[in-house]
Amino acid sequence: MRPLFIAVGWAVLFILLIPEAALAAAEPAALDTGNTAFILICSALVMLMTPGLAMFYGGMVRSKNVLSILMQCLAVMALVSVQWVLLGYTLSFGPDHSLLIGGLDFLGLKGVGMEPLAGSAGIPQAAFAGFQLMFAMITAALISGAVAERMRFSAFVVFTILWTTLVYDPLAHWVWGGGWMARLGIMDFAGGTVVHISSGVSGLVAALVLGKRLGKDQETIRPHHLPMTMLGAGLLWFGWFGFNAGSALAADGVAAQAFLVTNLCAAAGIFSWVGAEWLHHGKPTLFGAASGAIAGLVCITPAAGFVSPMAAVIMGFLVGPICYLAVSKVKDQFGYDDSLDAFGIHGIGGTLGALLTGVFASRSVNPAGFDGLLAGNPEQFMLQVLGVVATYLFAGLVTYLILTVIGRFTELRVTAAEEEFGLDQSLHGEDAYVDTDLSGISQAS
Amino acid sequence: MKKIEAVIRPTKLEELKKVLNDMGVRGLTVYNVMGRGLQQEIKHYYRGQEVSIDLFAKVKVEIICPDHWQESIVNGIIATCQTGAIGDGKIFIYPVEEVIRISTGESGNAAL
Repeated sequence: MRPLFIAVGWAVLFILLIPEAALAAAEPAALDTGNTAFILICSALVMLMTPGLAMFYGGMVRSKNVLSILMQCLAVMALVSVQWVLLGYTLSFGPDHSLLIGGLDFLGLKGVGMEPLAGSAGIPQAAFAGFQLMFAMITAALISGAVAERMRFSAFVVFTILWTTLVYDPLAHWVWGGGWMARLGIMDFAGGTVVHISSGVSGLVAALVLGKRLGKDQETIRPHHLPMTMLGAGLLWFGWFGFNAGSALAADGVAAQAFLVTNLCAAAGIFSWVGAEWLHHGKPTLFGAASGAIAGLVCITPAAGFVSPMAAVIMGFLVGPICYLAVSKVKDQFGYDDSLDAFGIHGIGGTLGALLTGVFASRSVNPAGFDGLLAGNPEQFMLQVLGVVATYLFAGLVTYLILTVIGRFTELRVTAAEEEFGLDQSLHGEDAYVDTDLSGISQAS
Repeated sequence: MKKIEAVIRPTKLEELKKVLNDMGVRGLTVYNVMGRGLQQEIKHYYRGQEVSIDLFAKVKVEIICPDHWQESIVNGIIATCQTGAIGDGKIFIYPVEEVIRISTGESGNAAL
C-alpha cells in the first residue's frame, strides 16, 4: 500500500501545483485538411473493429450461440452511437466539472460541427466526436465476450446504455477530456485503461454476477469456427492502426511511430503466446496465435505514442505468456467463467500495457509525453499504478451496481432451457447454419 | 443374405468403392460416423484448456449381399483397408431376413 500512498501524495501535489492558465483552451486553429482526412479515415478503421470483434468472438462460441454474440456487437454499435450524440460526448468531452465529468454544453452535439476543435491540430470537432464515438462503441462491445452464451438480450441492451454512460464516459473524461487522470499526468495514449482495463474488469464482474455457463464444469466448451476468429483478428489488427495512430489526432510523426509499434507488439505477441503454449503442450495453435496478436495489440495501446520500437517488441514478448497464463491457469484456479476471455486478454493485457507505459515511455520518442521508469522517472510508474487501481475499482464497482439494479427489475440470465436450446433460436428466432443443423429443423417444427 | 458393416478409415472409402465396384457390388450405403476402438485418446488445447478427443471420425459402409459373396467382399475390404495400425476399423456381419425393391416389389436375391 505504501507506494499507492506516495502516488496519491504526488497526485495531490500535481493538482495543486499546475497553474490554471496551463489548462485554458488554446486559440482555435485553422482547419487542416490533411489532419482532418487522416482522422476521418482512422474513424472508419476503428469502426470496423467492432464487426471484427464480432467475428473474433463469434468463432469462439458454440454454433447455437453465434448469432447472439454478433447481435450483441451490432446492437452496441446502434446503442452507443445514439447515446453518444445525446449524452456520451458531452459527458466525456464537455467543459470539465471538478476534474470528474464533462458538462452538458454539447448535449445533443449542440455546437459540435465544422469549426476546428480548440487546441487540436486543425480538425473539426465533428471529426473528433466521430473518432471518439468509435472508441466508446468497441469498448462496450468488448464486454459481450465475458457474458457470452448466457445473458438475456434485453438485459444486455439496458446494461450497455447504463455502462457506457456511467463507466465509459467518466473514464474517457478523466483520461482524455481533461479530468483528474489527465491532470496528474497518467499516460494512456489510446485506451489501455479507458478501453481495455475498463471493459475487461467490467466483463469479469459481469461474468461473476451471471455465473458459469451450463456444462462449463463438465466439459471444455470449444470454439465452433476458428477461421471466423482468424478473420476477426485480422480485421481488429487492421482497425487498430486507426485506433492507435489516429490517437495522435494528427497525421504526424507520433502517428507514424504509433502505427509502427502497434504492428510490432502484435507480431511479438504472436511469438510469445505461441511459444508459451508450444513449450507447455507441445503444439502451436492458430487460436493461440490469433489470441497473441490481440493481446499484443491491447498491450501496446496505452503506450503506442510514447515508446520505441524495441520497447514494443519487449512488451509483446511479455504479454503473450502472461495472458496465456491468465486464460489457461488463473481462470481455472478462481473458477469464474469469462466465456471468451475479455478479462484475460483485455483486462490483463491492458493492465500490463498501462504499467509498462510507465516503464518504457520516453520523451525522446514523444516530447509531448513523459519519461518512464527506464528514463529515470519512477514517479511516472507510480502514477500508472494509480491509474490502473483507480480504473479497476471504479469500473468494477459501478458495473456491479448497474447489474444489481437491472437484476432488481428483470432477469439478467436466460433460463436453463433457453441456454440449452441456444440463444440464437430462443432469443432471436433464427439459426446461423440452417442447412447443416438437422436438430435445429426438428426443434423448430 | 448377409449384411456386411465395415467401419473404416475415411481415406480408404474411394479405393474401397472402386474395389467393390470391380467385384460387381454396386449397392452400398455409407455413413459418416464417430467411434472408438483400441485407439488412445488425443489431447487438444484451446487457449490452454484441455479437450480430450476420444471419438474419431470414421466411415461406415453397409453392403447387403447373397451369402456366397460374403467371403470375397470381406477379403476385398481387408485387402483395401488394412494398414496394420490401430484404427483400421472393424467388420460386422449379420443375417438378413428379407430384401424388397420398392420400385418393383421384387424380393430376395433378385432385389439386390
